[in-house]
Amino acid sequence: MDTVSVGSEVTSDSEFRGGAVTESEPSDHAPETVPDAGVSPEAHSDARARGDGSTLAGIAKARRPIRDEARAETVFELSDVSVSYSGSCAVQGVNLRIRRNEVTALIGPSGCGKTTVLRCLNRTNDLIQGAKVEGNVLYHGIDLYGPKVEPVEVRRRIGMVFQKPNPFPKSIYDNIAFGPRVGGFKGDLDELVERSLRRAALWDEVKRDLKASAMALSGGQQQRLCIARCIAVEPDVILMDEPCSALDPVSTLRIEELMDELVSEYTIVIVTHNMQQAARVSDRTAFFTVAEGQDDKDHRIGILVEYDYTTTVFTKPGDPRTEDYVTGRFG
Amino acid sequence: MSTPTESVLLASHRKRSLRVRDGAFRAAVTGSVVVGLAVLVALIIQSLVKGWPKLGLDLITNFPSSFYEKAGIQSAIFGTLWLVAIVFVTAIPIGVGAAVYMEMFADTNVWYNRVIDVIIQNLAAVPSIVYGILGLAFLARGFIDLGPVLLTGGLTLSFLVLPVVIIASREALRSVPSSILDGALALGATRWQGVSRQVLPAAIPGIATASILAVSRAIGEAAPLLLLGALQFITFNPTGLNSSFTALPIQIFNWISRPQEGFHVAAAAAIIVLLGITLLLNATAIWLRRRFQQTW
Repeated sequence: MDTVSVGSEVTSDSEFRGGAVTESEPSDHAPETVPDAGVSPEAHSDARARGDGSTLAGIAKARRPIRDEARAETVFELSDVSVSYSGSCAVQGVNLRIRRNEVTALIGPSGCGKTTVLRCLNRTNDLIQGAKVEGNVLYHGIDLYGPKVEPVEVRRRIGMVFQKPNPFPKSIYDNIAFGPRVGGFKGDLDELVERSLRRAALWDEVKRDLKASAMALSGGQQQRLCIARCIAVEPDVILMDEPCSALDPVSTLRIEELMDELVSEYTIVIVTHNMQQAARVSDRTAFFTVAEGQDDKDHRIGILVEYDYTTTVFTKPGDPRTEDYVTGRFG
Repeated sequence: MSTPTESVLLASHRKRSLRVRDGAFRAAVTGSVVVGLAVLVALIIQSLVKGWPKLGLDLITNFPSSFYEKAGIQSAIFGTLWLVAIVFVTAIPIGVGAAVYMEMFADTNVWYNRVIDVIIQNLAAVPSIVYGILGLAFLARGFIDLGPVLLTGGLTLSFLVLPVVIIASREALRSVPSSILDGALALGATRWQGVSRQVLPAAIPGIATASILAVSRAIGEAAPLLLLGALQFITFNPTGLNSSFTALPIQIFNWISRPQEGFHVAAAAAIIVLLGITLLLNATAIWLRRRFQQTW
């Protein structure tokens, strides 16, 4: 069932692309442009089809083969990161290395601090009154929280897609054009809008009326619009905070397919409550949990338990807490 | 639990006291609506009946006169329009600006922002006559010494509606979900860009509605203008901000205080015109709200 719908999707998509896209535009499906091209598209989709989709371990096995570790470039390097809100510690001692052109999933029970960690990566935590980030967050070797770093510039390079679709109450076109406009984009805005919408697999559905209000789109379309909007500013990294939690299964599937495509150009970090989703889409998984505070037993603090290849986390986790969680014994 | 018999499902089975209380409550709330509406309807009917003979084009085109047959409200209408214009161009930009600061930029943990908040809330409840005294002391006389001219009257009414505009605009800004600003910031917009290009435009219908309602309140204010010394008998239209002026409520006040019955009729007719203008403004506000309201 799953494979059939995926297949038909790709077929109709490529038929369309064959007709309308100019030759100069790189095809979204071209794996040749993937930096580590060791994975062929056939191998990928075959792996998906072969995998035993009924268990998490099966889904995780179906993921793409493990990439060449040595060639993976580090995008984020978190060392001993702690975040507190108004003096109350939310997450503590996180060490994490996020690599380029990979999907990194942050999973864990509610309150474990996975969203907090995500928000550290583009300095969105700064916007919350009383939030304080300690430790080191290096982005391509640069301290993101260095004194001279401008948060606005950080967010321009590190985009974010939110839990609930949040289109601006304007036209589809203006939603996409906003980021480039405030960023001082000089160029063909129409072309950029079209390209972004194509990349987010939304163009076909909205091309007839780009002036239509974005609020009139369905939830899944709105979320893809938000992804398109994010892509339009040509970021380096896309952060996704439970991007599918407000969507139905079909829309979720479309977003997951989209992530599969986008990861060839972008680095994606996704927070998800849904373990199947983490298993399906991610290359690496970080498992967080809540621990009792050192001084105050009632104060719960998020900690990173395990960070490894998704396949490893779901098949032979190194920590019993991870195993309890992924096997459904807890959380 | 036993199987219910038919009798427990019947209305008559319910306790009598419960039924009485239901009925009483219903009567009370219905009564409240009726009383509120009845007062308004009575006012309109009474003014219509009394002012009808005088209501006509002459009333609007004539200037005030010592003879009630010839008396009209042209200068008062123009005065009111000038006042409305002054209030619009001063109170709304300042009010919206203050609201944007309070809602989008002010750190509520800082003591002075909390103080400002409380002061504005209180200013909205200050009686209009107090604003009249303020205008008289600081604008008409005192250091600025503008005299009882249009600018003084307009600015005084501006002060009067400013707190209302600020509070209503803050409400409109607050009704825009924070996810809109978050979304803008996540695209690399500065806070100012996010507020000015996304949050503020999204709040404009609410701000416009509230501003019109606030201004329509100012139209009916006579007390502060009387205190300022707006003249009651002016037989020319205002020519500029420095001009002497009268306004509809002042004209009405003036006519009602005359002994001749004919002027009372004229006053009733002027009240109808004033009510008409106010209703027109409120209708515009309601239309704006329905037309552009955003459901999130």
